[in-house]
Amino acid sequence: MDRRKFIGGLLLAPVAAMAAGGDIVIRNAKILTVTKGSLDGSILIRNGKIAEVGPNVTAPAGARVIDAGGQFVMPGIIDCHSHIATEAVNEGSVSVSSMTGIEDTVNPEDIGIYRALAGGVTTANILHGSANAIGGKNVVIKMRWGKDAPEILLDGAMPGIKFALGENPKRRGGSDSGIATRLRYPATRMGVEDVIREAFTDARAYKATLDDYKARAAKGERVIPPRRDLKLEPLVEVLEGKRFVHAHCYRADEILMLLRVADEFGFKIRTLQHVLEGYKVAKEIKEHGAGASTFSDWWSYKVEAYDAIPYNAALMHKKGVLVSLNSDDAEMMRHLNQEAAKSVRYGGLTDDEALALITINPAKQLAIDSRVGSIEVGKDADLVIYDKHPLSNYAKVQKVFIDGEMYFERDKDMSDRAVREARRKQLMEKQKAAATAARPAGGRRPQ
Amino acid sequence: MRFGLFFLAMAAFAADDSFVLRNVTIHPVTAAAIPNATLVVAGGKIADFGAKVAAPKGAKVIDGKGMHVYPGLIDSASNIGMSEIGSVRESGDVTELGDFNPQLRSVVAINPSSEHIPVTRGNGITSSLIFPGGGIIGGQAALVHLDGWTWEEMAIERNVTMQMRMPTISTTTFNPAFGAGRRPFAETKRRYEERLKLMSDFFEQTRAYKQRKAVGGAGFAVDRRLEAMLPVLDGKVSLMIFAARERAVKDALAFAAREKVKIILAGVREAGSAVKEIAEKKIPVILGGTLELPLEEDAAYDSPFTLPGELHKAGVTFAFGTFSVQFARNLPFQAASAVGFGLPYEEALKAVTINAAKIWGVDDRIGSIEKGKWADLILTDGDPLEARSQVKQMWIQGRPVSLETRHTKLFEQYTKRP
Repeated sequence: MDRRKFIGGLLLAPVAAMAAGGDIVIRNAKILTVTKGSLDGSILIRNGKIAEVGPNVTAPAGARVIDAGGQFVMPGIIDCHSHIATEAVNEGSVSVSSMTGIEDTVNPEDIGIYRALAGGVTTANILHGSANAIGGKNVVIKMRWGKDAPEILLDGAMPGIKFALGENPKRRGGSDSGIATRLRYPATRMGVEDVIREAFTDARAYKATLDDYKARAAKGERVIPPRRDLKLEPLVEVLEGKRFVHAHCYRADEILMLLRVADEFGFKIRTLQHVLEGYKVAKEIKEHGAGASTFSDWWSYKVEAYDAIPYNAALMHKKGVLVSLNSDDAEMMRHLNQEAAKSVRYGGLTDDEALALITINPAKQLAIDSRVGSIEVGKDADLVIYDKHPLSNYAKVQKVFIDGEMYFERDKDMSDRAVREARRKQLMEKQKAAATAARPAGGRRPQ
Repeated sequence: MRFGLFFLAMAAFAADDSFVLRNVTIHPVTAAAIPNATLVVAGGKIADFGAKVAAPKGAKVIDGKGMHVYPGLIDSASNIGMSEIGSVRESGDVTELGDFNPQLRSVVAINPSSEHIPVTRGNGITSSLIFPGGGIIGGQAALVHLDGWTWEEMAIERNVTMQMRMPTISTTTFNPAFGAGRRPFAETKRRYEERLKLMSDFFEQTRAYKQRKAVGGAGFAVDRRLEAMLPVLDGKVSLMIFAARERAVKDALAFAAREKVKIILAGVREAGSAVKEIAEKKIPVILGGTLELPLEEDAAYDSPFTLPGELHKAGVTFAFGTFSVQFARNLPFQAASAVGFGLPYEEALKAVTINAAKIWGVDDRIGSIEKGKWADLILTDGDPLEARSQVKQMWIQGRPVSLETRHTKLFEQYTKRP
């Protein structure tokens, strides 16, 4: 039996989302809007959107009323760097794998989605890995657990592509990787720059060919369309500002290199990912207009992470950079609220600034801030109810809504455990019986 | 600047280990908190404390400004000082070659200049159990202070426990070139059984060695490996057995019963039906991170968060360890994360202070604020298990210890960049 189907079958039924449609009022809540301060009051959800927020919201007739019991409601957490919900992460055989895309490998049955939900995450940027200087295309998803692959994509999100600098893309160029027989250019940070510069030189030429064709065709000339280049197409979109660049980077020198290459070719780096030495070149990052999406406190796991400091987020923020905190990890994704709290400890951000690092700031970085990232009228009703202030290490997610539908409810998860356990045993018995039946007496398997 | 303040405060201290801390809430951990209290430290030890305690004449007095005093936190498993940069083999000294190395001493491979030491201190951790790894028996773990010019000065107990790893059946493999892979079950089971056999053979050899030594005579020659095992056989040193899953935990319990050795279970992530036996036999447990993924896809999403609470309910004594270098500073948050899921707050705090001290047999010196114990103290502006609190000052054996780190220095340096 397909293991994933097996697991999915266990969880799908119990967490079937609260039926769409119908008004919902969350009342008696401490509401952390993130962008418009905090208040005690209610939220009206209509057609999956936040319809009203205030101290006194009248529940329309027939609305389902959820009493938050004085607990905290905040916008759904947005993780700007994740690799869950995908069958594949790295196409590392080539230095430029822009022809590949996560969209083709989305796995809506990854248990990571459910676990992220239970950690208050409602949206995530699912990126290609960092094995090559130019990687594959990403997707932005909502944690619509139980839905099919196309349905978990956040429609309307800007497409993007992954870049990577430093140790990861150059690793395959060295013999210490244990794969010396399959050496791949580049082996140095110089080579990484070269790969990017070369690719964009090609992309520029390809764009000129395409533009020329379009111009001549528009004039009514009979011209043969240029041959499609699936590798260069996304890079042309980058040049045209139609595709975001999300660049994995660590050291200040490589960050600066990429900003200058982008300046030279006339495109923008949308987000610098990890960007652990971003605090050293915050001025240049701000001038370029790139966002920075970093870890709360990871450091020292490799040489390029030895100058990483947990003050990075706060320091970049104070120098005017748009900063978010990401997980890059299915485990850390479950407690990004605690990671945000560390920015209060390290660097003295306010509670609202800390919460912004995992809500409105990543929403802005992904240009989905008109839809998500704060509790404001007109935005998607992506909400999380915590029993304590979400920046407390004692806080626990109680309920999670996406588009006004409840996708996680702790009480239900708990009460369904016995049912799930019984069903699991039943399925295992069935599988065992099937395995026995397939093996004829004498023990020989059929040839 | 939050930490600029305590740098100034630190500078005011002489290199002395006697002082009086007044106007603080004292959290002894072993007793109820005392607000508006005074704490007297003399000769590096806690001389007195309470609401009505007066400062001795001529004592240096520090105003705690209404802040809180806790005993320094204890990480019951880490590799701080034995590894600097994860990916750089040359900077790592945790894992030796060979299956049985009880003669190895982790204490001699602790680099007192490691940047990880002050970084970890920054979050209120004053002591750490440093273990060696590799093979089945990795060597002697040391309990150290996170302060000292040399490893000798850092050491609280040089040989506090013997690290051992229970063989497991694991079908997943990892190869740097080809990534994750799988080994056939039959093959891993055979290997697991072989290693169990190796283990019992080794203990048999040790027992035989003990007898030969008792007999003595010209034919007896010292075997340093087996010699190092004698304190374990004699019950003077415990075996810290790493066992994550229920099967390994049960194997460890059976092994301890058979070999009649004193054990501490470490890195337990699933106790299952073994809980009762662990509690009945009063076997201490060192729990790994609470912030972990469940072991199985279909396990409850919160199973790592609820484990500490479940063990407490069953009556098991445990402490938290980070089993880490770079994340050792997150010890308090690992403990806190179990509180929302069934572990009483007081127990979480004990699991990083007094219970750790008891498990390692050093509760006569550290783990709580009690008269006669070492003044391993932290001054905080709130609950030390909460990320939003700040550790303002630290003392180890009454000595003020700097909270400046590689990270605070870089922060200061680059804050100033125009």
